[in-house]
Amino acid sequence: MQPFQIHRPSSVAEALAALRGAGEGKLLAGGQSLIPVMKLDLAEPTDLVSLAGIDALRGIRSEGGRVVIGAAVSHAEVEASPDVAAAIPALARLAGAIGDAQVRNRGTLGGSVAHADPAADYPAALVGLGATVVTDRREIGADSFFTGLFETALVEDEIVTAVSFPVPERAAYAKFPNPASKFAIVGVMVAATGQGVRVAVTGAGPSVFRVAEMESALADGFRPEALDGIAVSSDELFGDGDASAEYRAHLVGVMARRAVAECA
Amino acid sequence: MSATGIGASVKRVEDHRFLIGRGRYTDDINRPGQLFAVIVRSPVAHARIAAIDAGEALAAPGVVAVYTGADMAADEVGGLPCSWLVYSKDGSEMKEPVHPPLVPDRARHVGDQVAVVIAETRAQAKAAAGLVDVDYQELPVLVTCGDAITDGAPLVWDDVPGNTCFDWEIGDKAATDAAFARADHVVRLDVVNNRLIPNAMEPRCAIGDYDPGSDLTTLYTTSQNPHVIRLLMGNFVLGIPESKLRVVAPDVGGGFGSKIFHYAEEAIVTWASRKLGRPVKWTAERSESFMSDAHGRDHVSHAELALDKEGTFLGLRVSTVANVGAYLSTFGAAVPTYLYGTLLSGCYRTPAIYCEVRAVFTNTVPVDAYRGAGRPEAAYLIERIVDEAARELGIDRVELRRRNFIPVDAFPYQTPVALEYDTGNYDATLDRALEASDWQGFAVRRQQAVGRGMLRGIGISTYVEACGLAPSNVAGQLGARAGLYESAIVRVHPTGSVTVFTGSHSHGQGHETTFAQIVSDRLGIDIEQVEVVHGDTEKIPFGMGTYGSRSLAVGGSAVVKALDKIVEKGRKIAAHTLEASAEDIEFADGEFRVAGTDRATAFADVAFSAYVPHDYPLEELEPGLEASAFYDPKNFTFPAGCHVCEVEIDPETGVVRVVAVTASDDVGIVINPMIVDGQIHGGLAQGIGQALYESCVYDESGQLLTGSYLNYCMPRAADFPFFNVGNHVTPCTHNPLGAKGVGEVGSIGVPPAVINAVLDALVPVGVTGIEMPATSEKVWRAICDAKGDAKGRAVAS
Repeated sequence: MQPFQIHRPSSVAEALAALRGAGEGKLLAGGQSLIPVMKLDLAEPTDLVSLAGIDALRGIRSEGGRVVIGAAVSHAEVEASPDVAAAIPALARLAGAIGDAQVRNRGTLGGSVAHADPAADYPAALVGLGATVVTDRREIGADSFFTGLFETALVEDEIVTAVSFPVPERAAYAKFPNPASKFAIVGVMVAATGQGVRVAVTGAGPSVFRVAEMESALADGFRPEALDGIAVSSDELFGDGDASAEYRAHLVGVMARRAVAECA
Repeated sequence: MSATGIGASVKRVEDHRFLIGRGRYTDDINRPGQLFAVIVRSPVAHARIAAIDAGEALAAPGVVAVYTGADMAADEVGGLPCSWLVYSKDGSEMKEPVHPPLVPDRARHVGDQVAVVIAETRAQAKAAAGLVDVDYQELPVLVTCGDAITDGAPLVWDDVPGNTCFDWEIGDKAATDAAFARADHVVRLDVVNNRLIPNAMEPRCAIGDYDPGSDLTTLYTTSQNPHVIRLLMGNFVLGIPESKLRVVAPDVGGGFGSKIFHYAEEAIVTWASRKLGRPVKWTAERSESFMSDAHGRDHVSHAELALDKEGTFLGLRVSTVANVGAYLSTFGAAVPTYLYGTLLSGCYRTPAIYCEVRAVFTNTVPVDAYRGAGRPEAAYLIERIVDEAARELGIDRVELRRRNFIPVDAFPYQTPVALEYDTGNYDATLDRALEASDWQGFAVRRQQAVGRGMLRGIGISTYVEACGLAPSNVAGQLGARAGLYESAIVRVHPTGSVTVFTGSHSHGQGHETTFAQIVSDRLGIDIEQVEVVHGDTEKIPFGMGTYGSRSLAVGGSAVVKALDKIVEKGRKIAAHTLEASAEDIEFADGEFRVAGTDRATAFADVAFSAYVPHDYPLEELEPGLEASAFYDPKNFTFPAGCHVCEVEIDPETGVVRVVAVTASDDVGIVINPMIVDGQIHGGLAQGIGQALYESCVYDESGQLLTGSYLNYCMPRAADFPFFNVGNHVTPCTHNPLGAKGVGEVGSIGVPPAVINAVLDALVPVGVTGIEMPATSEKVWRAICDAKGDAKGRAVAS
């Protein structure tokens, strides 16, 4: 790991100032992805701007049919939140299945979303539930937030401050974890929402994606059998030593049916 | 049985220091003036090293030295030796290319040691290591057994034709061929024993510490056998006499075999410390462990079993290719030969066995002993083909095993592959396992699983293994270049407390407890009065260390032998004190007593008398009460047993879940049942890991794809049900404890039980075979293939 300067701002404005003043600055949330790559010298920031001391990024609140979760809220806090459990139990369960206890105690919602790891669980939650990403300067709909492999709509110095989830009528997340890393080989969030049925898949490809054919089939009848015969193409999916593209495509179908079944 | 004697589940005394964070591991040791070493490792699998430019690294902050293979060669540093000599069929010696600690001209696997950077701090050494400029001219790469034996394959070593280290055989080929000629059935099976990475919790570490004043050199290292390292490194590599070299292996956080071997880094830091006159420390990062700890297994075998109409085994024929990696590691030649081919009789009266093993070099990390070392490979092959035979012949798999078991009255039993089993009762461990696993009730459980949409299977394995290495004269005849006894000193202090010095080494086994229990039992004193010392060549007279489940059977027997000498001397002292004849003195429960009287003296009083000899037979006895002993075993020991595994498979995803595991083992007399259960639990976890999760994968260019925990899948507690463990004891007939050994039975016995269970679940849907690890995708593809469903068909293969 290369030497770096650490900044500990107490407000978003201070964080922005520190980031803009840095040579190669990086925002540090829970550090569960950034620190490992720094240890391997795959990232060599000159400055780390810690978000841990910014109260405005903390807290979970229910308001007007939405659950708003601060960017610095840990996975463990989402898992344990009564507000989340009451409004969107699928989201609490998703958070509780991320990594292991140590990762869940340190890792944050904002960090995960901004990092946009293709095998992370939260992207499926944001896109599947039709959430909105709130930043220091604007709001971005989940459908246009994740733009590619480790890529988002965030600009260079933009800071995620919260994610706002609309409460769905029903939702469930089914995950097929990598047995080694516990990242998602395939994770499918299925939700019946005010904006219609949404099916979002993480893990299988370079970025979270929706399956339109499944969504329209479920709109016609929200039951597992509605998905019979719908095959996801393996063309755009990952294939590696952990799982081939064909297996991932198959698992998308299985996990989607299981998520629908769990909604019932 | 006393509260702390043999048979008591005494809590492990060593755990206190581990639990309060006061364990002392090698990396916890820091010597005054210590420097830090970082190894520059080859990023490519096979390359000529055209040039090494260390100029920039030498100029970096804090850097004291950069050394290469040329520097070691200039000092006439020797190669890392192999401790076992194996001969090929034609009588020629195995090919044993020199293995320099730093390679001077050619790198032969990813992670090979090319240079060492030594600096004032670890961070400085690491930063500078990145500045060493090595010109690698890449050469063709071999990774698998299949690659190595292909006609016209490139060579790992220019002077080793066909990449063949040796082409070894055991057994009577003509008799075996004759058995096949008269067989009613021949069952054939190809099996792969998957390559594994050991993953001890503590990464390796070594500190070389040369004192120019005394000319004494100390190596602190993560080793299972410090005396062996002193012998190998001192004698063969660095040329330091034993009297000038001390090797200390303090607390060691797991080894599983991977810390037996003499590694390059031990020699590098010791040599560098002698050059620089300052201590030099190296500690592996986890990624380095993956690419530099010796790996395990990696066999490809074809097996044939000949049977008559009744299912009696007539002959077994096995042909194996074993990957030894780029270099022969310390035990690399012994594992796929004398620890494998000799075990192919299993629990059975197979009258004719022939096995040939071709060991091949590849551009991979050396392969050596890993928990079980050769015996898991043998047990897996036998127990898979026995199940296959049962299926093909339509004979119940339990009945087929029973029909061929070596019966209780046939012991001692001479197998056709060199070993003589002293004792065993295979029906007894089988009966116990069948009952404890509710084998009979399986049909109902399978039916219930069908209702949940799951495929359920049950599998069995009846294994035997050989441990307690080894009678030195036998081992010598088989090619061992060392003796395989163990030593002990029992020092009784003036007030009757005892320090035991053992050549065995504890790195998780709990010797400080079990060896103390032996003393407690024999001398009738509480274990709080007993201290067990190990792991330091300056304190222990000699030792062969801990591997091959040998500590209790060999090291424990040495302790018993020394204790016998203590009691014998104590008897003479007591006879003097009690004014009786030594022949009339009995020793029991910590008291020497004149037989048939109430005249007695306590053990502690005898000890005191030995050190304060005011009233003492000085004319015939020396003062003091201390005894040393070397114990050389008369035979191997033969733990055996039956493991039953039950699985449920999700046919939609292919996920295999282990739902029940029953282990019924005969490990001989048990000193501490709790520790023995723990050893079996750990072995089962590793064995199930091999069967379902773990696999070391290199790509075609020799890059290690499974180089971290992101994709090398270690089993976790949540992957297992609670293990149902029990035993049936037949005491070993030839050592004083009746102990056989327990460290490896789990990893030997359970993998075939798991795969047999997986196949039991899958055969009804048409699957005919599966290899380890039975990952979810592999199982899903097998189901798709069986159903003729194209989508799961292997795409690339």
